[in-house]
Amino acid sequence: MKYLISLILGIAVGVAAFLAFLYYNPMTAQNRLSPLSVSANDIITFNYSAVAADALVYTNDGESSVTPHPPKVLQLWEPTVRRTAAAATLLRDGRNQVAAIGIKFSSDSERTNVLNSEAIVDSVWHIYVPGQGSLFVEQQENFWSFLREIVIPAHWSSGDNWRGSWSGNTTSGPGALDTARVVGGSGIFIGLETGGVESLNAKAYEVDGGAVAMDGKLAIEIPRSDIEPIPDP
Amino acid sequence: MFKTFIAGILLGIAGAAAALYYIPVVNQARELSLIVVHPNQGNTESFHINVPMDRIMVGDPGQSEPLPVGLQWPDDPQFAAMRAELFKIRNGKDAVIGVASRIAANDEVSGDIVEWVFHLPSRGSAYVAMEAAPREGGYRIGQLTTGTREFRPLTGLVTERWVSDTSGLEDAPTGRIEIITAFEAKELEEEE
Repeated sequence: MKYLISLILGIAVGVAAFLAFLYYNPMTAQNRLSPLSVSANDIITFNYSAVAADALVYTNDGESSVTPHPPKVLQLWEPTVRRTAAAATLLRDGRNQVAAIGIKFSSDSERTNVLNSEAIVDSVWHIYVPGQGSLFVEQQENFWSFLREIVIPAHWSSGDNWRGSWSGNTTSGPGALDTARVVGGSGIFIGLETGGVESLNAKAYEVDGGAVAMDGKLAIEIPRSDIEPIPDP
Repeated sequence: MFKTFIAGILLGIAGAAAALYYIPVVNQARELSLIVVHPNQGNTESFHINVPMDRIMVGDPGQSEPLPVGLQWPDDPQFAAMRAELFKIRNGKDAVIGVASRIAANDEVSGDIVEWVFHLPSRGSAYVAMEAAPREGGYRIGQLTTGTREFRPLTGLVTERWVSDTSGLEDAPTGRIEIITAFEAKELEEEE
């Protein structure tokens, strides 16, 4: 009997040690430097509040930690869309002026691999910039660092929340340099195919409700020869 | 006993690693893809959106009753000629298989635009640019601009049209937006 208890205790310690190694593994630190920071091309930035209550519309299955907004929005409860979130939000330019409306769909990815510290979300943006055109952004986002440094500490906290300062790139592909794929659809963006990076800057998170203070930034590289700037009238 | 404990630790580590390797963390629910192969070599897939049941959002500055209730659509003049909608999208068996966005807008640079993004979590996303003006019969035809995952290597056409409900049933939708895709591999198109 004592051998059986010893074996079970050993297995429990082994599982715990392995999970602790995955959680504390220093080799999986978030890359906070954008691959676009060394680009010689122009960069368009869209800033937005990543708090669900600040979005025009945010919906999910209604049972996740992030509460849909407005409260009576249709929820994605069907099995095929239960692990998907949809949001429509205002996007602001670098001067904090409203510049576009963006719709983002995000789905938990089957490529998620905890052994490789990958909590992958497949997401796409559908963006309309009045007077300029429309864009489509495809990306895989890795939320491992976000989970490890914000969500799990929030659950461990006695107040069920997290306060601090965290920033990091969430984009992890499909580009070779961990960049998103951006395709132009209309206006001055027609024919454009380039890269982009999305990043988050979080300051507060609650277990019940999700992010309380968090901003997102979508940076898109514009090759100089691809679009002609519109002259001021 | 100590050796048993050490063996248990090794077993626990190996078991946890094996479980995380072999058991998928995310397993998206799937519906069968209902693709019809036609005698003329083409193949199509039909989707539809039941209106109003599948409407998640209608973003339009002129709305008297916003959808969803409580939506505060910006009254910024630059969005005056824009309409953005969010829907659930269904397959031929009337099962919800994804979500979709539709943006219709007009400005002096882009002209009239009508665009869709179909996001099917287990398959990928498709970005479609439609002709602004509907054709005779109420059809609007569009082109697959690009896609992700399953839709990435494809090219082809998409049609949309409004079909009013004629069933007369009390709980029937007002109508539906019918979407038909006719996609083929890019390599195939290049060979032709």
